[in-house]
Formats: sequence, structure tokens, C-alpha cells
Amino acid sequence: MPTPPTGPPVISAHRLSKHYADFKAVDGISFDVPAGESFGLLGPNGAGKSTTMRMIGGVSQRTSGQLTIMGLDPQEHGPEVRAHLGVVPQQDNLDEELRVRDNLLVYGRYFGLPMSYLKPKADELLEFAQLTEKAGARVDALSGGMKRRLTIARSLINEPKILLLDEPTTGLDPQARHILWDRLFRLKESGVTLVLTTHYMDEAEQLCDRLVVVDKGRIMAEGSPAQLIREHSTREVLELRFGSERNTTVAGELQGIGERLEPLPDRVLIYANDGEAALEQVVSRGLRPVTSLVRRSSLEDVFLRLTGRSLVD
Amino acid sequence: MTAQLTAADYALEGSKKPLAALYSRNAKAVIARGLLATRSNNWLVMVSGFFEPVLYLLSMGVGLGALVGSVEGPDGQPISYAAYIAPALLAVSAMNGAVYDSTWNVFFRMNFAKLYQGMLYTSLGPLDVAIGEIFLALLRGAMYATGFTAVMGLMGLLTTPVALLMVPASVVIAFGFASFGMGITSFMKTFQQMEWINFVMLPMFLFSATFYPLSVYPQGIQWFIQALPLWHGVELLRQISVASFTPATIVHVCYFLGMIAVGMLLTTLRLRKLFLK
Repeated sequence: MPTPPTGPPVISAHRLSKHYADFKAVDGISFDVPAGESFGLLGPNGAGKSTTMRMIGGVSQRTSGQLTIMGLDPQEHGPEVRAHLGVVPQQDNLDEELRVRDNLLVYGRYFGLPMSYLKPKADELLEFAQLTEKAGARVDALSGGMKRRLTIARSLINEPKILLLDEPTTGLDPQARHILWDRLFRLKESGVTLVLTTHYMDEAEQLCDRLVVVDKGRIMAEGSPAQLIREHSTREVLELRFGSERNTTVAGELQGIGERLEPLPDRVLIYANDGEAALEQVVSRGLRPVTSLVRRSSLEDVFLRLTGRSLVD
Repeated sequence: MTAQLTAADYALEGSKKPLAALYSRNAKAVIARGLLATRSNNWLVMVSGFFEPVLYLLSMGVGLGALVGSVEGPDGQPISYAAYIAPALLAVSAMNGAVYDSTWNVFFRMNFAKLYQGMLYTSLGPLDVAIGEIFLALLRGAMYATGFTAVMGLMGLLTTPVALLMVPASVVIAFGFASFGMGITSFMKTFQQMEWINFVMLPMFLFSATFYPLSVYPQGIQWFIQALPLWHGVELLRQISVASFTPATIVHVCYFLGMIAVGMLLTTLRLRKLFLK
């Protein structure tokens, strides 16, 4: 794990809220992000992650609370704050009327950057996104993964100090994901602050120094991935399958094994610090699962524990 | 790639300039983007916008004009029907172009193409975007007006060099409509509401003394028409076309200067509603 960052927070949110007429998208969340940290916002769809990102960028007006980015209120100093921000929105919003390379150049012009800087920079970023051969192509001719890579390349055109990534790797194939992770690591090493939302728990574990789990506009938990697993789950999880019909009926006979028991339609989960020992207890009670698996607890267990298993939308 | 960032790099000094939240003095980047996009895609759409008033002039002016014969011009002298309606058609085309660009185009780019979302995640403020888009609309309007005035010349409808002032005057008219249109769009949320704009524009086009003099109406309706912007545009260009100026000319010009001032104020006040939700 990288050294814990120090210094004053570059992003500071205090009781930040965004209410629409009929619902509270963000409902009083507070967090600080120190310089150089990689900070994750995790939560199910509609939890308020994207709205929070948009408020950080100063393109969404908060209802109440305080928010400062690098010491400035993005609502009062939007252009100045965003000059140092790179943004990868959830949905690609590339300029479909411009060619691939022009997308990067024109975007750089929005920051007021000179062409003498932008031309070599655009070529470097095309190289990074593996789109050099597509430089003159139309955007609508690109595949989904290519568009995503171009959006990510575009967010780096102004060499941002804070990079906001809203589900950056959704739609990318595993190769592209790993290349992006590598690139993000290198940005982090050079002191860039990363704020990302993701649905991929492995991504959060890989990339985030610290994260908050958000649900229904509120923060449910906060900490490093390891901390969260320690606090909200056990060290190991035993997964047992007894066949679809039997899982729930068998659950009664498993009471008392491990710290917590969770019967699901397809399997029964036993949260225990020693999974093998728990399995021995199961067998000693005369139960014969079709399959059994002992694994380490993951962030996904924490996430599901905190935000529930039912679909929200 | 980037040099190592330190804590000092993260301390920003806030600008004290007015409108710092909305404006970064970089509307030229929005304009440059518009020109580049037009060059690579939209030139066909641009050409069609030029032909619309020309086709009206041919069908109504030449075709219908053969039946009508000559009519009384702004200075009391008889002029051909085509010469009578041509300045009015120019005013209508200035209005239509400006309104289309500042309402439908803005609405579509805001809510569907997501163009502005991309722009507004950069140093650009909403005022940069608004100024850039209005400038592009006016540039396009100036090109159309130049083309239309050239067609009038070819048809022998220009009798005085003063008539060339119709080009800058059309840009002023377009500015009035564009500044207002963008402000209005900030109130619109659905396509149905956008249709209301057409509902206002079409009668204004047909009844603003475009094809016949205002005197055909009873007094009350005359007053109503005279309160609408298009009538002032039509009258202004008609007067310029034959170099016949009266004190009313100043009223027409001032009407549009006032409209621009109010429109820009409205648009600026509504920028957050329009672009930052």
C-alpha cells in the first residue's frame, strides 16, 4: 500500500446535499480527500455517486452544505477549479461532430491551452489510448471500448491535478482495464489525486487507498478496503451449495456455525474467521453440501452487507 | 508525464473578477470548435438555410408578384412586389436562423448530444458557451444575409448602395432574437414545450406586415403587431432597402438594442438554470 498522504485536504465536503423536487440524491455527506490520495465512492445505482462527482466539478448546484476543491468553492470558481480537473463522465460525451484527434485538440482549447503544447500532447495521448491509427476517424465509427479510451485520454489533456473517474472501466475489456489501472497508478505516483466510482469491487480494492460506501445519498461506511473488510465482514467466507431447493431448509441446521449465516437461493454463505474449521463443523453435523468453497472475504461482501442484495431500480 | 505534484500545487488562488463562476474569457474556443465542426459536417445544412428565403422570394415575389404588380414602397414611390417583400424575407430569415440556433440547437446539444456537458467540465464557463454559440449563430446569419442580398442584386431589386446596410442590420436583428431565444430555452424542459416556440414564430412570420402593409389591419391589431420584434425588423430593412429613413428608423434600431440588452441579461441570469443543473 502507498504511504498515507498528508497535507490539507484538496477536496473537502461537509454535510453536502443535493435535493431534487421529489428525492434526495445526496443527503448530507461529509468527507475529506488529501492530496495524492486515491479515493473511491462505492454504491449501487442511484446512490448519489455521480451527483457528488458533478458537484465536485461545479456543474451541479448543491442544495446545502459546504464543498471546497483546492481551497475554492467550485460553485463560485468553476472555471478556475476545473482548469485542474480531469473528468471521465459515466457516459461518454465525445464530440461526435469532430474527428478523433480533433476531439483532443478542441478539448484542450477549452482549457485555453496553446496549440504548440496540444499537438504533441494529443499524439502522446492517442498513443496511450492505442488510437493512433484512428486519429482521423469519425467518433461514431469507434467501438464502445475505443470511445471509452478516447474519453479517458481526453481527461488527461490538461495534465489534471485531480482526476474524477465515474465508472471508468465499464465497457472495457480486461486488457484495456489493466492498461488503465497501470496508467492510473502512474498518475497517482506523480501526485495526482484520484476520485473514482466503480461497480467493480476488484477495481476498488486495486485502486483505492480509501473509500466510502454510499447508499441512498448517505455514507454507510468509510475506510481503506482492508479496514472495511475487517470491520464489516469476517476474514473468510464459506460458500456451501446444497441444491436450489434445499439451501434455505438446510440453513436452519447450520445455526451457530461461524459469526453470521446468509442463506441465498443458490448457496448458503457462512462468515467465519476460519473457513476450514467452519466446514468441519458443517460436516460433523452430518450435512453433505454438493460443493463447498472457502475464500477470503472481499469488498464485495462488505458492499452487499451494507447496501443489501435487492435491486434498487 | 507530469512532474511530481506537491502540496503547493494544490493551493489555488480564487479570482476576484466578476462573473468568475460563469466566464473564463475563452468564448473563442467554442467558436473555433463550431467552425471546425461545420467544416467537417454541417455545410450541407448551412446551404439549405441559404436557399429557404431565396425560394420564398422566387415563388412569392416573382410568381405572386406577377399578379400583384407594383405596390407603394416605404418612401411612397411604387416598387415591384418582389422588391417590397425581399427585405421582409431577409428579416424573417434572420429571425428564423437566430431562433433555431439559440433554441432547438441549444436544447438538443444540452439534453441529447451532451456537447455542453463536455465543454462545461473544462475551464469554460456557461457564459463562454453562450457567447460562443450566439456569435456562431450571428456569423451564419451574416453569411446568409450577404448571400440573400447578392441574390436581390442579381434580380435587380437593389436600387441604392445604402441597401448593403441590410447585412449588418440583419445581424443586429438576429442578435436580438438569439440573445432572447437562449434565455427562453432555459425554461424549457421537454420537446412539447419547445414546440411552443414554433407556435409563436409562424404567425409572427405571416402577419408582421411581411407580405402586405400594416394598414390592412384595424387599429388595435396594428398596435399589437407593432409591439412584436419582427415587425420592427421588417420595417427597418424595408427602409434601408430604398434608403428612406424617418424618425421611426431610430425606434426600430433602439427596439433591437433594447431586445439585445434584455435578452443578454435574461440569458446571463438563467445560465445556471440552462447549463448547470
